[in-house]
Amino acid sequence: MSKISITINDEPYKVESGQTIMEACKEHNIKIPSMCHFDGLTDVGACRLCLVEIEGQSKLLPSCTTQVEPNQKIRTHSDRLSGHRQMITELFFSERNHVCAVCVANGNCELQDLATEVGMKHVRFPYLFQECEVDASHAMFVIDHNRCIMCTRCVRVCSEVEGAHNWDVKNRGYKVRIISDFDTPWGESESCTSCRKCVEVCPTGSLWSKDKAQGQSKKNPQMIKDLIEKRKVNL
Amino acid sequence: MTGSTKTEEPKILNADDSRTKLLNAAIKKSKGRPDALIQVLHTAQGMFGYLPLEVIRHIAHALHLPASRVYGVVTFYHFFSLKQKGEHTCLVCTGTACYVKGAQEILDQIEDHYHLKPGQVTEDNKLGIQVARCLGACGLAPAVVIDDEVIPKLNPEDTQSVIDSKTGAA
Repeated sequence: MSKISITINDEPYKVESGQTIMEACKEHNIKIPSMCHFDGLTDVGACRLCLVEIEGQSKLLPSCTTQVEPNQKIRTHSDRLSGHRQMITELFFSERNHVCAVCVANGNCELQDLATEVGMKHVRFPYLFQECEVDASHAMFVIDHNRCIMCTRCVRVCSEVEGAHNWDVKNRGYKVRIISDFDTPWGESESCTSCRKCVEVCPTGSLWSKDKAQGQSKKNPQMIKDLIEKRKVNL
Repeated sequence: MTGSTKTEEPKILNADDSRTKLLNAAIKKSKGRPDALIQVLHTAQGMFGYLPLEVIRHIAHALHLPASRVYGVVTFYHFFSLKQKGEHTCLVCTGTACYVKGAQEILDQIEDHYHLKPGQVTEDNKLGIQVARCLGACGLAPAVVIDDEVIPKLNPEDTQSVIDSKTGAA
C-alpha cells in the first residue's frame, strides 16, 4: 500500500491509497456522522449522513463508499453539510414513530445522539405516523419496526459475520421493512441462529432483548467489532 | 402484506408438470449461479402468472440464495407478484386524464358487478383488477387494458359488457 497526500478541511494528510475517505478521517480523528456505517461490515452508503464536499465536484459524495484519491481536497464540515445532516436527521424522525420516552434504547440510542450532535431542535417535516408492526415472536428478542431507520446493519451483520442471512429488506420507498426469511415471523424463522449480533449492532431501539424494559437497553457494538477483528486473524 | 408460511397450499411443483420442468431447465441453464435470480424469477412469473411461496423457496434453494434475499427481490420489482393476478387481467388507468374522464366510475362499475377492488381477483381466478398511474395514452382516456389489449375511451356504462366479451365470461 502506498501513501498518498490529501487535504482534509485545509489540513494536509498522508493516507493509505485504497482507503475510503471515512477510514482516512477516522485514522486522523476527524469525526464524520454516520448511521449505516459499521466498522468491518460492507458499506452501503444508505444513510447519506457522511456526505462530504470534494473540490471540483458539484455532487456531495458519501465518505464511506468513496476512496481517497491523490491531491483530493475534502471538506467534512461546512454550513451546507450541517444543513443537510440536520435535514436527514429530521427525516429519520418524521418517517416512523420514534417515541424516545417509551423506547427501550432511551439514553443509549445512536439516533438520539445524532439528533443532539447535529443540533436538531424540532422536525420541520410532517410526521408520516406509519403503522408499523412489532414482532415479538422470537423467544429472546423483539423487532420493533417503529424505531427502524433502515440502516441495514442487522442485514449485513447477519449475512457477513454470522453467515445466516436471516434478515433482508422487502418492498421499496416508504413501505420498506426488514424481514426475516419469507417475511416470516422472527420466531418461526428457519435461518435465525439467535446469535443476537443484529441486536448489538442496531443503532436504535428497533432490535432489543426481551429482558430489557424502557431505557434499559444498552447495546454492545464493540463486541461485534472485536469479533470481526478476531475472525480476520483466524483466517 | 403480512406473510405467513404456515398456510398449507396445494403442491404446485411436481416433476411431471411441464411448468416445473421449464423452471428447472431455466435453473439448470443458470448453473445455480445466484446472479441469475432475476432471470429465473422472470421465467417463473411468466409460467405461473405469480410467484407462489413454494416456487420462491425452490428457486432460493436451487440458486444458493437466502430466503429473505429472494423475497426482498420479489417484493422490490412490480413485475413480480406474490398473489395470483387472474387468468384475465383488467388494468384500469387512474392517471389524471383518465381519472377526469371517469376512471373512478369504471372502478365503481367493476366493484358493483364483480365485487372486486383493485389488486383483487375473483374466487374462480378468472378475472383480476389492477390500476395503473397513467399508461401514457391520455388521448385515449379513460383507458383500460384487458389482457394486453388497450380499450380506448371506455364508456363506464359499457364496462361490464366489454370485460365480459373480452374475457369470454358469460
